Amino acid sequence: MAIDWFPLWLSLRVAALSTLIAFLLGLWIAWLLANREFRGKEVLDAAITVPLVLPPTVLGYYLLVLLGRNSPLGHVYEWIFGQPLVFTWQAAVVAALIHSAPLLIKSARAALESVDRSYEHAARTLGASEWKVFWQVSLPLAWNSILAATALGFARALGDFGITIMLAGNIPGRTQTVSVAIYDAVEGGQGALARTLVLIISGIALILLTLGNRAGRYFGRVSA
Amino acid sequence: MIEFRGRKRFAARPDSRAFELDLAFRAEAGVSILFGPSGAGKTLTLDSIAGFVRPDEGRILVDDVLLFDSGANVSLEPRARRCGYVFQNYALFPHMTLRENLAFAAMKLPRLEKRRRVAEMLERFRLDEVGGRRPHELSGGQKQRGSIARALLASPRVLLLDEPARGLDPVLRGELYAVLRQVRGTFKIPMLLVTHDLEECFELGEQMFVLDEGRLVQSGTPAAILETPASAQVARLLGRANLLPACIEELDPVQRRSRLRIRPEGAEEFELTGPYFPGRLRGDQVVLLIRPEHLRVTPRNGSGAVTMTLERLSERPDTIRLHFKGGLVAEVSRDEYDAWGPAREFGVAFPPEAMRVVKA
Repeated sequence: MAIDWFPLWLSLRVAALSTLIAFLLGLWIAWLLANREFRGKEVLDAAITVPLVLPPTVLGYYLLVLLGRNSPLGHVYEWIFGQPLVFTWQAAVVAALIHSAPLLIKSARAALESVDRSYEHAARTLGASEWKVFWQVSLPLAWNSILAATALGFARALGDFGITIMLAGNIPGRTQTVSVAIYDAVEGGQGALARTLVLIISGIALILLTLGNRAGRYFGRVSA
Repeated sequence: MIEFRGRKRFAARPDSRAFELDLAFRAEAGVSILFGPSGAGKTLTLDSIAGFVRPDEGRILVDDVLLFDSGANVSLEPRARRCGYVFQNYALFPHMTLRENLAFAAMKLPRLEKRRRVAEMLERFRLDEVGGRRPHELSGGQKQRGSIARALLASPRVLLLDEPARGLDPVLRGELYAVLRQVRGTFKIPMLLVTHDLEECFELGEQMFVLDEGRLVQSGTPAAILETPASAQVARLLGRANLLPACIEELDPVQRRSRLRIRPEGAEEFELTGPYFPGRLRGDQVVLLIRPEHLRVTPRNGSGAVTMTLERLSERPDTIRLHFKGGLVAEVSRDEYDAWGPAREFGVAFPPEAMRVVKA
C-alpha cells in the first residue's frame, strides 16, 4: 500500500505555524489578562472561551463569513497576498489557530497567574520595566507550565477537523490535513490507510503531551 | 524622612470583612516600626509606599520626592519610586543565583561597575562564598541578608521591611538585628519595619507607630509606649500588662495618693492605694495597668497586700507566671517560687510607682 504522506506533512506544518502564532499572540493576551485591569476584560476572556464550547461548524461558518471572498477582511487579504484565503492551506492555519489558541491562552494565563506576585513586585521595586519583569522574572518562572501549554496547543492544532473542512475544504494535495484525510479514507473504504494515520497521529499527540508534562516537572523543580 | 497620609477603603466580601486604612504618620531617619496585630494594615501601608496599592486618597512623600498625591493626581510607578522592599518570603528570584539576583538590582550600572558593586555587597553581607548558589540552596539567614543586599543595591530612598524576623530562630534573629543596625549606620536612609514582635521594636526602633484596625493608636519611642500606653487598647496590643477595670475612689493631690477600687472579672472587689493621677477626677472609671513582673508576691498575706487565689501556673524560661483568679498575672523568678513551696493563697502587693491608669 502506497501511503500519501502529504496530509501528515501538511498537518505538522499547519500546526507548527499556528502554534507559533498562538504562542506569540496568546502570551501577550495571557499577560494582559493576568496583569492588567481594563474595561472589557471579562468580554475578552469570554470571547477566548467561546471557541472551546461552540461546535466547530459554527466557528467555521463565522470564519467563512468573516474571511470569505466577499467580506471586507477577505478583500484586504486578497489585495495583500494576491489570492483568496479560503480553501488554501493558510486557511487551515487559521482554523487550527482558532481551534488551539484558546486552550493555550487559558493555560498560559493560569501559568502567569501562578507566579508568586512578590517576585514581580520585587523586580519592580528594583527598578525593572514591565518588559524586563516579564522576560526575566514572570516568563522564566512560568516557563514550565507555558511549555506544557504550548505542547497542548500544538497537539490540539494537529487535531482540528470541523473548522478546517469548512474553511480550507478537502482538496487532496492542497488543503487535506490528516484528520480530513482520515475521514476521507474511512468514507472511501481505505481501512489500512485510516488505521495508519490514526495510529501515527495518536502517537504524536501522546509523545507531545508526555514531553510537555516532563518539561513542566523539570522546570517546576528548578523554580520551586 | 517618610511622610505618609493615606486612606483606603475595602468593602466587605464573602471571605473578608470591610476594612478601612486611615493613617497619617511621619517617620524620621533611622529605623521606624509599624507595630500592630495581623490585619492592622501594616503591610498595606508598606505596599502603598512601594506603589503596589493605590490609596483612595492621600499623600506620600519620601525626603523631598512626592511619590503619591491624590489631590495633584501624582502616582509614581513602583519602579520609579526607588523603595527598597524586603519581602516576608525574601522574594529572591528562584531561577537566578544570588549573584544574578544582586546584578538584577544593579541593572542600571555599567558592566564593570555592576560587577564591583555586587562583589562589594556580597562581601559586606558575608555572602561572597555563596554567590553562585540558587536561593533554595541558601540558609534562612543567607536569604535574609541576600534580600537586604539586593534591595540596597538599587540605591533606594527608603528601605521597607515586612516582618523580616518572622520564622527565624533566636540566633538568626540576633544576626538580623546586627545586620540591620549595620545597615542603619552605613546607609543613611530611613527604614520602615513592620512587626508584631515587641522585642524587635526595642532592638531596632527609634520610633514606633502602633496600628490597630487601620488606625494609628499611639506613636513614640518603644520605651515610652511600653511605659505609658495611651489607652487600654494599646496596652492590650503590647500584651505585657495586666488590665484591671477600676474606679478612682479618692484623689489626694497633697499627699500625692489615690484610692482605687478594682473590680476584676469573676473575683471579689478590692481596694488599693495608688499614686496621684494628674488629670483624673474622683469617680473616673479607668483601666489599671500593671506589668506582671512589677507585682510583689509573698506566700503569706503581709500588710498592704491583697489575698489572691492561684488558678494555674505557666512556666517561662527564667520565670514562673502565676495566674490568679480574676485574671491577674504575676511573674516571679524560679528561685523565689521554689523557695516558697506549693500554696494556693498568696499575698499580692501593687507598688504604686508601677501603676498606670488609662481611660476605660
